Amino acid sequence: MSKYTEDDLKIELETKEYEYGFYTDIASDTFPIGLNEDIVRAISLRKEEPQWMTDWRIEAFRAWEQMTEPEWANVHYDKPDFQAISYYSAPLSKAKYESLDEVDPELLETFKKLGISIDEQKMLSGVAMDIVVDSVSVATTFKKTLGEKGIIFCSISEAIREYPELVQKYLGSVIPQKDNFYAALNSAVFSDGSFCYIPKGVRCPMELSTYFRINQAGTGQFERTLVIADEGSYVSYLEGCTAPSRDENQLHAACVELIAMDDAEIKYSTVQNWYPGNKEGKGGVFNFVTKRGLCEKNAKISWTQVETGSAVTWKYPSCVLKGDNSVGEFYSIAVTNNFQQADTGTKMIHLGKNTKSTIISKGISAGKSQNSYRGLVQISARADNARNFSQCDSLLMGNNCGAHTFPYIESKNPTAKIEHEATTSKIGEDQVFYCNQRGIPTEKAIALIVNGFSKDVLNKLPMEFAVEAQKLLEISLEGSVG
Amino acid sequence: MLSIKNLHASIGDKEILKGINLEVKAGEIHAIMGPNGAGKSTNSAIIAGNENYEVTEGEILLENEDISELAPEERAHKGVFLSFQYPVEIPGVSVTNFMRTAINETRKAQGLEEMPANQMLKFIREKSELLEIDRKFLSRSLNEGFSGGEKKRNEIFQMAMLEPKLAILDETDSGLDIDALRIVANGVNKLKSDKNAIIVITHYQRLLDYIVPDFVHVLYNGRIVKSGTKELAYELEEKGYDWIKQEQEA
Repeated sequence: MSKYTEDDLKIELETKEYEYGFYTDIASDTFPIGLNEDIVRAISLRKEEPQWMTDWRIEAFRAWEQMTEPEWANVHYDKPDFQAISYYSAPLSKAKYESLDEVDPELLETFKKLGISIDEQKMLSGVAMDIVVDSVSVATTFKKTLGEKGIIFCSISEAIREYPELVQKYLGSVIPQKDNFYAALNSAVFSDGSFCYIPKGVRCPMELSTYFRINQAGTGQFERTLVIADEGSYVSYLEGCTAPSRDENQLHAACVELIAMDDAEIKYSTVQNWYPGNKEGKGGVFNFVTKRGLCEKNAKISWTQVETGSAVTWKYPSCVLKGDNSVGEFYSIAVTNNFQQADTGTKMIHLGKNTKSTIISKGISAGKSQNSYRGLVQISARADNARNFSQCDSLLMGNNCGAHTFPYIESKNPTAKIEHEATTSKIGEDQVFYCNQRGIPTEKAIALIVNGFSKDVLNKLPMEFAVEAQKLLEISLEGSVG
Repeated sequence: MLSIKNLHASIGDKEILKGINLEVKAGEIHAIMGPNGAGKSTNSAIIAGNENYEVTEGEILLENEDISELAPEERAHKGVFLSFQYPVEIPGVSVTNFMRTAINETRKAQGLEEMPANQMLKFIREKSELLEIDRKFLSRSLNEGFSGGEKKRNEIFQMAMLEPKLAILDETDSGLDIDALRIVANGVNKLKSDKNAIIVITHYQRLLDYIVPDFVHVLYNGRIVKSGTKELAYELEEKGYDWIKQEQEA
């Protein structure tokens, strides 16, 4: 066959399996399905939590019961049956490991398939990782190095046991239990997640990283992350996700709270490539996430995200710029293909004087997907001289996808300066032909054009993450032109 | 090098090329001239493999191999280069990155390893010096915000980097002032050798003062109706294309 036609390409892609579609057979300890107060108590009990934590969960659960699922997002899906989900699943071998040799070999195999070699991670990247597999932290590295600087990096369960005063003070301080439907659900049933505390004036010497994945069939995953950067400290935190292929939809409702105290800086980067469903739009992860950071005086929070996965994404990493001169940033690439739907963006809440925010959003839609940017820039009455710059660019491939932009601006202060720029473009046949003529095959040409389009955001990612993100963009857009 | 035999091509129902015959040998420069709509750009797009056109009859041989069924990138890997009349913009992709990708994809297709970064840099430096291109230019996004002259120089720079066997320059002179024209033409002349062949497509004799052709062909209504040496270009300049039209319609 001398000529590779579009039809050949289409067939190849349809038969192509999701690259991370495998399932690890590890004995798990799974709760019966359904949700009620007893289940919430049981989760808390199983995790040996103190009474205040149990009460906090119950309070959240009672609020959640009164709430209804939001419908304002530009996404359409069959709502999950919250009574058909098991709310707790943990690998049975719960012993703490001193070395990797003690870790379940099957689990290590899973990491291998994901391309995460713990040893490699240790040696090459200097990344300390808290690996979360189905909710329980099984391996934590670099703890000692971090410990010497007084940095705490552990699972949230451990933090509840070991550092209750920090957790009690800050958990829910940025995202109250009743904030929204999914946040309330998460607050009631969160299984595990990460906790990080950087002491005053400490610059965290390495990127902190957590890998999440959903493993057990039918278990929702409810991660809870709390990052506290004390005065004048700095931390860069990476979150990466992959999930195995499943037929039924899996629910993921995480909460991430960041607290940047005076003069502190938090950089939070996410690469998300959860199973997006097959080409008919069957299966795939529902990702309903609440992420929010609080900036005190002169503090800075940057959210950087590369979203390529999930069937439905509902996610708005936000900054509350409470302190004067604080800075919030949001850099996002959201890719949707086939039947994926994403409604994502940010909220920049300017409360303090001279606060500044920057929003760069790059949406890429292909197939029959729908990609929406939704953003709020709010300037309060006392936020003198607040500044915002927003740029929302959309790239379309083919004629069956959609790109939407919903920018909301509310300003109560006449000194505010708000700029919003938006563009929509299409990958042109002429661009692809130009690349082809220079010897670059179509798939590679698309990747090149998309990478160029996304460059402003990719540049914000830590080096090793940027490379991974580029590969993901390539994988998720294969076969999207033609 | 290139041998086109009885080439017919159409877009939709409209036949644009109606039997082109052309022989180009290594070391030669051929000019194809003709009025607007004669099929000059179509001819070059088809040699490069643009799939918007359908080849209905005839063959295109490159070094005795029929390339008419190959994908455009496969033709590029075999040494076909087209300098575009309207080079496209690719925002966010630097000239250097674009060239690196193009060279490495070509090498991959030829079963070679990627070119090591230091060698690539050296190669880029050599070629940019040869064509007197400012290095800052190479980190700009491909063709984005380039002036007409910059776009055409960039095309010639790419030609220098890819070292094609057959280069087709499609109206490289359009949109250039006389100084830019001279620079671009000098570049082409430096790249010319007895191993490669160049086809220059132009409306005007002007370019041919700088890139001197061995043969000149006149394309009219989908066919080559006249061939000759560079004197033919002067004759055309003097008499205009009406001369050809009248001859054809007589």
